[in-house]
Amino acid sequence: MRRALPIFVVLAGLLVAIAIANPYFLEPPAFLAFVKRAAPLVILAAGQYFVIVSGEFDLSVGSLVTAEVVIAARLIDGSAAATWPVLGLLIVVGALIGLVNGIVTTLLRVPSFITTLGTLLILSGAVFLWTGGAPRGALSPQFRELGRGSLGPVPWSVLILVAVAAAAIYAMRAGFGHTLVATGDNDRAAALSGVRVARVRTAAFMISGLSAAVAAILLGGFAGVSAQVGQGLEFQAITAVVLGGVALGGGRGSVVAAMAGAFTLEALFTLLNLYGISGALEPAVQGVIIIAAVALGAVNLPRSRAAAAP
Amino acid sequence: MPGTAGRLDGWGHVLKMTGIGKSFLGVRVLTGVDLEASAGQVHAVVGENGAGKSTLMKILAGVHAPDEGKIEIDGRSVAFHHPVEAQRAGVAIIYQELTLLPERTVAENVFLGREPVRRGLVDRAAMESATGELLSSLGEESFGPRDLVRRLSVAQQQVVEIAKALSLNARIVVMDEPTAALADHEVELLYTLVRRLTGRGIAVLYISHRLREIFELADRITVLKDGARVTTAAASSLDTATLIRLMVGRELDSYYPPRATEPPGEVVLSVRGGGNARLHGIDLDLRAGEIVGVAGLQGSGRTELAKALFGAEPFTSGEMTPCRPRSARAGVAAGIGLVTEDRKAEGLLLNQRVRDNALLVARAVRRRQPGIERLLERVRLNPPRPAQEVRLLSGGNQQKVVLAKWMTVAPRVLLFDEPTRGVDVGAKAAIHELMRELAGDGVAILMISSELPELLGMSDRVVVLRDGRIAGELPAGATEEAVMHLAAGS
Repeated sequence: MRRALPIFVVLAGLLVAIAIANPYFLEPPAFLAFVKRAAPLVILAAGQYFVIVSGEFDLSVGSLVTAEVVIAARLIDGSAAATWPVLGLLIVVGALIGLVNGIVTTLLRVPSFITTLGTLLILSGAVFLWTGGAPRGALSPQFRELGRGSLGPVPWSVLILVAVAAAAIYAMRAGFGHTLVATGDNDRAAALSGVRVARVRTAAFMISGLSAAVAAILLGGFAGVSAQVGQGLEFQAITAVVLGGVALGGGRGSVVAAMAGAFTLEALFTLLNLYGISGALEPAVQGVIIIAAVALGAVNLPRSRAAAAP
Repeated sequence: MPGTAGRLDGWGHVLKMTGIGKSFLGVRVLTGVDLEASAGQVHAVVGENGAGKSTLMKILAGVHAPDEGKIEIDGRSVAFHHPVEAQRAGVAIIYQELTLLPERTVAENVFLGREPVRRGLVDRAAMESATGELLSSLGEESFGPRDLVRRLSVAQQQVVEIAKALSLNARIVVMDEPTAALADHEVELLYTLVRRLTGRGIAVLYISHRLREIFELADRITVLKDGARVTTAAASSLDTATLIRLMVGRELDSYYPPRATEPPGEVVLSVRGGGNARLHGIDLDLRAGEIVGVAGLQGSGRTELAKALFGAEPFTSGEMTPCRPRSARAGVAAGIGLVTEDRKAEGLLLNQRVRDNALLVARAVRRRQPGIERLLERVRLNPPRPAQEVRLLSGGNQQKVVLAKWMTVAPRVLLFDEPTRGVDVGAKAAIHELMRELAGDGVAILMISSELPELLGMSDRVVVLRDGRIAGELPAGATEEAVMHLAAGS
């Protein structure tokens, strides 16, 4: 928790700054709208956290989100009856893509950076081929309700986010989470202690795939169907996780901090928007953040290594 | 040949090291060591593991700076601050682990960093012809300058290292355990190579455990023990027995916990004819309550034996009861634990807390997680703070955490690979007591150690390995000489 503290300070600072520019921001409707907007990225960041803390990367989630939304639109095609089966299918597809990423990375020993970059390209190529550039079909109102609608005053996406966060926190506190972090810290030592390293890492990729499926369901409802819906989300998710103080290479950082990182990123975009700064700057800002966050982490390391010397 | 009078009086001292002393973090590893090397001679440096041979050679190579003493080359005083300076002064070291680039050609390796240049481009032709000449001057015909290093055998790679040394005009060539990774027929080739070097007037410093080689090659022998020079003598004036006595002769000055008074219990792990790429025909029984020591030179297969019993690098042939584990996980499931030689790389999660390290095995195999406070006290972790990050602990405390990690699942067999390496004296005694305690609780213990006094002080019997086979077994109370005889095959 000690290591995760800075991100909460930064997040609080940003929220205060937004509230100063827009006094209504901290009132429930506006704040819930903010959380609702942030929910897909927070869920993706939580999924990405599992992969990163185990010492790997998942670059495929952005195009997976796009693929899921496009598949949903085509298969549902506006039909209420098809909604629930397709939702189930989306979840299965997400887990399956994660399974493939995991198996290729662990059993075929392809570095995950390459594996998931390949998956990214394959998925976006497949989507393009299937749609010919413009997605066909339509989402049903029932499907879009999850991303747009609310239960009383609380948006569905906020409720889903809370459930996902609770599941993520539970998983990290259970034996699985501990062996996952152990694998990311030192996979050799973990394996020699009886941890099934390949299985644990594959599970992390599957969780990331699942989180992409959930994010896609929310984004499809929120923003509608397009072939660009997931574009750049993988980098936003990785930036969020790194911003949360999670070490690239694995073994350090908490899932709560990773999710806080996603909120921080979303808050920063909101703030830039409020001050009329072009949304076109978002990628540049993200680039600066990810380099700065990793550099700060790296600067801190030698000191702790020196202390570790016998 | 060794001891030839003409050679001894030949070209005089090329190297003279006097009064070399060195400490690491307050631990003295070398005290007042003198060493000379003469042109055209082979000077062997021998001693047990930890006698200071490697440190002495690293000082000569400019890797470490000495705290005391001076080095003269050709009568001129030198002080190296960097390996390149030593290289320029004519010192070349052929390390145990070869340092060549596997994906480059032989010629590129020989001229690495000093490539001949013509019109701004690397002159490959010149590089390859110069390398070809060096190789043929060494009598090497089995490969050429354009071959990739990765395709060469270890013996051939040594030739490349030596060609590189010659291209640097080395006057002093240090060979650190050059035969450790060689097959028998390759050893003969190495002898020829060494003789070619001395024939050119190069001084060879030859580090080895293998006494047969030393008597085969050396003109003079220096014996180091506990960081000090015991003697330097002409090889012809020594015999194997004398040399071993000089190397190990020391009082047993440390205290070891008393051995069990009861006879050992039933056999809990048994191997018959166990073998894999590195081990052959291993027959071994481990009994409840017994500590079995494993001795052997570097490369004799000690670590491989532990990893095979555990399952991490499994036996591929032979019988093992109760089961032959095929993975580390299977070993853990069969009630076997392995305390690895390299704690930091293979034993610990350095960035995690003591608690998470201690619970690693229990969590991995979904065993009930025990309360660890009592356990940390039992392994004498000092102070017993479960929230401390492991990287901040001393070597001794880190090793105690590794022990706690295994004790959570109460294994029936515990394999210790160099359990007290890099551990201070106090923690060492604590680990020894704990091992005896565990044996007293009925755990079967196998202990690998390079330190003979420790091995003999702790073990109920000692198994000696040589070249991946069990060379013999000695009872408690055996002498260091007896172990060395078996290990060195003399």
